[in-house]
Amino acid sequence: MPSDAALATPAVATTGASTAAAPVLRVSGLSVEYRTARGVVHALDDVSFELAPGETLGIVGESGCGKSTLARAVVRLLDPSAGTIRLGDTDITHASRRRMRAARRDLQMVLQDPAASLDPRWTVGDLLAEPLEIHGIGSRAERRARVADLLGKVGLPPEAAQRRPHEFSGGQRQRIGIARALALEPKVVVLDEPVSALDVSVQAQILNLLTDLQRTLGVSFLFIGHDLSVVEHISDRVAVMYLGRIVELGGRDSLWRRPAHPYTRALLDAAPRIDDGAAPPGPGLTGDTPSPYELPSGCRFHTRCPIAADLCRREAPATRALSPGHLVACHFAEGGTPPSG
Amino acid sequence: MSDPVSREPVLAVDGLSIGFQTRRGLLPAVRELSFSVRSGEMLAIVGESGCGKSLTALALLGLVPPPGRVTGGTVRLEGRDLLALDEAALRRVRGARISMIFQEPMTALNPVLTVGEQIMEAILEHEPVSRKAARGRALALLERVRIPDPERRFAEYPHRLSGGMRQRVMIAMALAGAPAVLVADEPTTALDVTIQAQILGLIDELRREQGTAVVFITHDLGVVSRYVDRVLVMYAGRKVEERGTRDLFADPLHPYTRGLIAAQPRAGAGPAGAERQRLAEIPGTVPALAAMPAGCAFAPRCALADERCVQAVPPARRAGSGLVACHHAGETHAV
Repeated sequence: MPSDAALATPAVATTGASTAAAPVLRVSGLSVEYRTARGVVHALDDVSFELAPGETLGIVGESGCGKSTLARAVVRLLDPSAGTIRLGDTDITHASRRRMRAARRDLQMVLQDPAASLDPRWTVGDLLAEPLEIHGIGSRAERRARVADLLGKVGLPPEAAQRRPHEFSGGQRQRIGIARALALEPKVVVLDEPVSALDVSVQAQILNLLTDLQRTLGVSFLFIGHDLSVVEHISDRVAVMYLGRIVELGGRDSLWRRPAHPYTRALLDAAPRIDDGAAPPGPGLTGDTPSPYELPSGCRFHTRCPIAADLCRREAPATRALSPGHLVACHFAEGGTPPSG
Repeated sequence: MSDPVSREPVLAVDGLSIGFQTRRGLLPAVRELSFSVRSGEMLAIVGESGCGKSLTALALLGLVPPPGRVTGGTVRLEGRDLLALDEAALRRVRGARISMIFQEPMTALNPVLTVGEQIMEAILEHEPVSRKAARGRALALLERVRIPDPERRFAEYPHRLSGGMRQRVMIAMALAGAPAVLVADEPTTALDVTIQAQILGLIDELRREQGTAVVFITHDLGVVSRYVDRVLVMYAGRKVEERGTRDLFADPLHPYTRGLIAAQPRAGAGPAGAERQRLAEIPGTVPALAAMPAGCAFAPRCALADERCVQAVPPARRAGSGLVACHHAGETHAV
């Protein structure tokens, strides 16, 4: 796969963020392949982005777009087949288990179902102290104090330390999951659909908590989600994925107000919002997302795209900048000129 | 307005109560719920987990699973009380006059029968037609729910289909008996947003063209605002507000409804470059069934609550085009 010049230029990818500081996370040309009985799945193909300190980058897309694969590859739960992942100055793409353990101080993850990621036999206090123990941080007493401090940060009472995860509601369990991810004061937290299983009133509590924590701790979030309203709300910049690729990436204002990729526009049209009123929905996309085993030629979106032309069936579009920090991979994106040929 | 017949509700629920039989006694899950739907109308029942909306949906078809049971009220479908029917009579009504689609079609589809056989079965259950005629009807239904290449899909097993296609098959089966009422319990919650739009568009089209009344169970206010005529908001087993959709979003009256709407992130809201706003939160959590407050169930989380709210359940009162159950509704909206 050709690497995209626009995405490989760090200056372009970071201009959307307000800060000029060095990125805490740099993902470049990342690809992941699964080998299965049915063949090879290209789950992630040539994905590049950077994450600035204190920034939230949202990753949004539908089933099979590769967003969860991306989350797991970034924290090295999956091995990439190509590309690099740099955490600060360290290349962790092929880091050994031991080196990854050290890297996890700065790189943590929160999953959708906190119950599944929390051992039910442990008390919440043990769960929060474990990462500190693994990294040999503090004395027992200091760790206990740190656990109480963490519980306070996520809005739980100190007594919660003596209880077990199943005694808590879904929203409270997600608070525990977030506290555990923050125990080592990481620079980056990857959040994979962290509010998808929650009711809207609880979802609001968790989104507010994440906003507050980011302001006080300066942590960066890579926020994976499928709900556009949620991702827009929490993110400074948003990347839209389709079939393993980033098709558009931009500051949330420009992406939501001037979506350039036809897929982004279709996603925004399809997602009903409460201030829609009785606005009739647009024509919408027809058909299903193609199977990742049989990726379409050229632009992967061409089979469902309302403006697809011959060129799109032949050639995969390169990623280009429409404006500083607003990238799109479409031959005919609004504001762009179709390349010759 | 035009057709006087359509003003008569096709489904009328009155005082429906559902409880769970436990060792600690009967826990009330749905209490004195009343609503009605007319032909061609789409009514949404919205609320968060545990509010009783899915249990209500099941009760409309006489499908409340034990230890739950209906403890009171009536469900009148075209004038006949379904709760008074025996199982055999209910079975004749289900699928023929009222049918249901679920969030997960796979739980309702038979994995060892082809799509076509299942739709034919649904047709043959209610009509004494030949298998050949049933086959033709099944193919027509597949076409009706916009399944491409129906002849081929007819012979396929459910697991070969995508989630969106399975939901279309479910809808085709639900329509087999040309029911007067379609109950849809979170039918698009498991689907991607572009597929959700296709399915909701299909349901909307069916009720407009065939006059099917739709009872739509959902937690998604966005979906409600785009497709639904009237909304019933449930909290802790009771109806707290029922309004025309436009009125509900323009001027929600119950503090819980206001909280729900304010808690919803709104993409593209506010001026460009604006600081990220905090969302409005509803403090606390829903009360447990076993610890339901004596008065208004929302009182412990409500900024307007006073002594009266703690003491007495607020009755549903008329509010413009709708109903609201709040002692403080109609007072100032400031919370």
